[in-house]
Amino acid sequence: MTIVSVKNLEKLYGDFTAVDNISFDIERGEVFGFLGPNGAGKTSTINMMIGLSRPTGGSITIDGMDGIKDIKKVQGIIGVIPDENNLYGEMDGFENLCFCASLYGMAKEEREKRAVELLEQFDLTKAGERPFRAYSKGMKRKLTIAAGIIHDPKILFLDEPTTGIDVESARDIRGLILDLKKQGKTIFITTHYLEEAERICDLISFIVKGRIVKIGRVSELMENIEREHKVKLLLNENVNTIKGELENHFSDLKIEIPDGGSCLITSNERLPLFPVLQFLENRGITVYEAREVKPSLEEVFVRITGAQSKRGEVGYR
Amino acid sequence: MKTLIAFWNILKKDINNYYLKPPNISWGIILPLSWALMQLIRSSGNIEIIELLPGLMAMSILFGTTSMLAVTITFERRGHSFDRLLLAPIGLGTLVFAKLSGAIMFGMVNAFVPVVFAAFLTDLGGINWPIIIITVFLIALTSALIGLFIAVSAKEVFEAQTFSNFFRFPMLFLCGLFIPIAELPGVVKPLSFALPLTYGTDILNGMITGSSIFSTVSNILIMIAFAAALFYLCLRNISKKWIL
Ligand SMILES: Nc1ncnc2c1ncn2[C@@H]1O[C@H](COP(=O)(O)OP(=O)(O)OP(=O)(O)O)[C@@H](O)[C@H]1O
Ligand SMILES: [Mg+2]
Repeated sequence: MTIVSVKNLEKLYGDFTAVDNISFDIERGEVFGFLGPNGAGKTSTINMMIGLSRPTGGSITIDGMDGIKDIKKVQGIIGVIPDENNLYGEMDGFENLCFCASLYGMAKEEREKRAVELLEQFDLTKAGERPFRAYSKGMKRKLTIAAGIIHDPKILFLDEPTTGIDVESARDIRGLILDLKKQGKTIFITTHYLEEAERICDLISFIVKGRIVKIGRVSELMENIEREHKVKLLLNENVNTIKGELENHFSDLKIEIPDGGSCLITSNERLPLFPVLQFLENRGITVYEAREVKPSLEEVFVRITGAQSKRGEVGYR
Repeated sequence: MKTLIAFWNILKKDINNYYLKPPNISWGIILPLSWALMQLIRSSGNIEIIELLPGLMAMSILFGTTSMLAVTITFERRGHSFDRLLLAPIGLGTLVFAKLSGAIMFGMVNAFVPVVFAAFLTDLGGINWPIIIITVFLIALTSALIGLFIAVSAKEVFEAQTFSNFFRFPMLFLCGLFIPIAELPGVVKPLSFALPLTYGTDILNGMITGSSIFSTVSNILIMIAFAAALFYLCLRNISKKWIL
């Protein structure tokens, strides 16, 4: 069942079009990923859906309500984790959570109970008594998420929840998002990271310069992206001197030497590694590790947008 | 009920986070008191304390509300915590009213600090306190609304601070507290009558020292009109400027 429906949404700042006629639907309980480079219009889109910004055109329907006219009603059932942590620096974790809950009209006992639970669930119980200002980035992010779900919203909007925090905290946060998904929440998430989107989203839409260039189930999308195969070798010495030799010998591979101790090999086919390893070994070079390199979001974009423009169409679901 | 909980908690948070912080408390007290002391010393005791009271009260309110509200709102907007409030399922009017209430209460409490001091030094009997309280409330309300108006226009905290001074100092000098309006140069007189504080001061003067230009009722009505107009203007600007 469709819980969020966006139709021909548009946002202009002056004569600059930040969001250009986008449409999509989100089913109840689904995680919908919004992927795009900086300035693509992700935050602008979220802000219109949560009522921090007015659309220039188009319509938003959320849980049967008009997301523009009845936004105050809509706000009661949505939770927002914005791109910038927006809690009160001078208040501690517990106070921040209780305050946020009170904005949704939760009674004192209820909100205190929820705050304690969430601090525990997010591993912030000890930090609960420190002012928010003194939190580390990862802790701030977690508390911001806790604050966004304290009123048990049906639909969650997360704007780049893992940007700018370390790998471990990011993993924790992804775990938390997956837990929320298991609880049946509908989630709208924006991110720069393809891998993140792959791991937690059911649907992904790519947005570039305010337009959705591709939208689809994760599995379908990944199949369709004809990946080139890229392997990074970690070596014991610089192979710059034999780069030419390598290129001559493996003429269908692209060889790059990003730094002294490694070598990047790109192939259009699945890459048989053994000949390369043997070649290097024969020249007295030790290969410590060979690692598959996934294409970056930018590369995927280039391929998707490139392919789209060749076929001259923009894909909507 | 839900709205009431939200309202009360926004108010409580502002009181705890801002108004009860020592630097802010001292602002509202030290400045008016030092001014009063200066006046007393300069006049070498010839001046009646009671004559200073209306000015002190008005000054305390002005310093407790306008810039406090302008600065705290701008501060919250800069730190994005204000978005929390805009995201809450409460109407913009309720939100604005909650924000105003903190400043109004703070201004009113400040206004009565000099009164308490004065009570020890002089006889304050025979003054119509209910009217004074209403007046103090109206001055606080209009001053807070001016603060809100500034907050809507300012992007940075220092701007809010500068705009507040831009309003409150001329207001103090044009409202008839220090220089009677009759003695102001003709060109600035209309300006005086365009300031809500002028009418509040007029009531205070009338009640405490016994001389006023307008009747209390018309003063009160004019102030209510000012407040309504400012409230409407603020709401309109907020929904235009804060919800982009
Ligand atoms: N208030 C505004 N006024 C003018 N232009 C704006 C405003 N907000 C955003 N923009 C512009 O709209 C475009 C989209 O911005 P938006 O913040 O939505 O991008 P984003 O996809 O969230 O990027 P990021 O990954 O950096 O967060 C940008 O070019 C930005 O400069
Ligand atoms: Mg963004």
